[in-house]
Amino acid sequence: MTARDALAAETAPVKSARIPAEGMVEKRGIGIWFTHAGLILGVIVIFFPIWLAFIASTVSQPEIVRPPMPLLPGDQFIENYTKALFSGVNAPVAWMLFNSLVMALGISIGKIIISLLSAFAIVYFRFPGRKLFFWLIFLTLMLPVEVRIVPTYEVIANFGMLNSYSGLIFPLIASATATFLFRQFFMTVPDELAEAARVDGARPMRFFWDILLPMSRTNMAALFVILFIYGWNQYLWPLLITTDPSMNTIVMGLKQMFPSGDDIADWPVIMATSILAMIPPVIVVISMQKLFIRGLVDSEK
Amino acid sequence: MEKRVTFKGWLLPMLLLLPQVFITAAFFFYPAGQAIYQSLFIPDPFGLSMQYVGLGNFEYLAKDPYYRASFVTTAVFSGLVTLVSMGMALYLAVLADRLIKGSGTYRTLLIWPYAVAPAVAGVLWMFMFNTRVGVISWYLGLLGYDWNHVLNETEAMGLVVVASSWGRVSYNFLFFLAGLQAIPRSVIEAAAIDGARFWTRFRTIVFPLLSPTTFFLLVVNIVYAFFETFGVIHTITSGGPQQATTILVYKVYKDGFVGQDLGSSAAQSVVLLLVVGLLTVIQFKYIERRVHY
Repeated sequence: MTARDALAAETAPVKSARIPAEGMVEKRGIGIWFTHAGLILGVIVIFFPIWLAFIASTVSQPEIVRPPMPLLPGDQFIENYTKALFSGVNAPVAWMLFNSLVMALGISIGKIIISLLSAFAIVYFRFPGRKLFFWLIFLTLMLPVEVRIVPTYEVIANFGMLNSYSGLIFPLIASATATFLFRQFFMTVPDELAEAARVDGARPMRFFWDILLPMSRTNMAALFVILFIYGWNQYLWPLLITTDPSMNTIVMGLKQMFPSGDDIADWPVIMATSILAMIPPVIVVISMQKLFIRGLVDSEK
Repeated sequence: MEKRVTFKGWLLPMLLLLPQVFITAAFFFYPAGQAIYQSLFIPDPFGLSMQYVGLGNFEYLAKDPYYRASFVTTAVFSGLVTLVSMGMALYLAVLADRLIKGSGTYRTLLIWPYAVAPAVAGVLWMFMFNTRVGVISWYLGLLGYDWNHVLNETEAMGLVVVASSWGRVSYNFLFFLAGLQAIPRSVIEAAAIDGARFWTRFRTIVFPLLSPTTFFLLVVNIVYAFFETFGVIHTITSGGPQQATTILVYKVYKDGFVGQDLGSSAAQSVVLLLVVGLLTVIQFKYIERRVHY
């Protein structure tokens, strides 16, 4: 899932939700229990991997390496998480969490800022080359970073940005999804507002700051959720440019915790790390669920 | 679409565009151009000079049995991921849509895996099926099935498909549920009055009316399987056993970074670039037109 999906969602053919009404086709009685049973089964299947990871993060290594491992939590929770957070395998996981946070925030906030500015310029001004800029930006919608990894790596290396936060962030904000979304939104803002601002002698930036920005709050928040998860969950890019373990993000550092060769992996610590790696994005998605779904599904206008 | 009311001046808009233009030029256009440029050269063995070979890298790729196999692998992989994740999501969405109350609770529960990174999902599934400590592989062993995705190509493919589809179910579920809830209740009730049972209603009314959502998800999921599953492959199989799970993006990484074959890797990037372009065009063209049958 990427910011690309946000754009896809923009063009997604989904209409607003209907109000559920009591109708004759809703199942009652036994039927409804089958429906619930089917859904609960689905939830169990979906949740099982997460549950198992959590269990593994609360038991000791011997309990795991002598299968089958228990299916209920053990008593090693504090030990495992303390060990993961403060010593880890290659680097303390607390560091990796911090790196991930910087990267995810940098990508989401950075992208929102540059996109707001350029969408404002493209929608509210007439200047030579405007169309050209629009198409150049639009072109970038098409190319995921995975496709241009080798040359992008060279650029980062030439700028001396390997093992740095800017190296982690900049290549991932070089795409126009957010610009495109803000452009769509600005087009729906009534012309009268800009008209009134102009009549009152307000300068463009004042209009942007006092009127456009407050109106875009919901869109910004919805986009933030999507971009935060996109940034947090990056794998290939951090894998390429962070060779120093102290710069690893948690999602890519997780794989690095596995020993090479035949050594036995430190499963409790690894599984504690994988739980830690999913907590921040899960919190963001669950707590901002309405905005998130809006960003994803209902953004069609 | 154009705004009627605009502000004057050209310096300010240029300044506003500057950050995006700079970042896009440095980290997008230049590297993309480099990929195209490098795809026409092969570096000499010492990396000191580049020799122009025209479309030689592409011809070599077209003949390379590994590359062709990787194409087939990618097609199988993305087809299966799309099928599994959309099938599961549609099943859950149809059930949730039947509820008057409580579909929100299920939605909250099912949304979780969306937030889990593909690479983390890979580690979770690899743990369950690990040949030494995995719970599921252990129980399979009790049943007399000797699971080993490290050696068995089919099992490796099955595992990366399931691990990649898992998080995707959430995403597809949200879209299917919204799509189902947008179908007017009256249409379905009219069919019910005419005596159409659930399965008939689903086949003749619900599924056709859902086709815009389905088609949209089809394209989006293929894009996902092509480009965003690197983490799953890298954590679970590293492209193996043999080349069984080496999808195209993985091969770009492996040839470019591990194998240091820059010309070939760049040519592969260009091929992928064409694939994304094609998928984007399909996405815009057909989705704008709203597929209805």
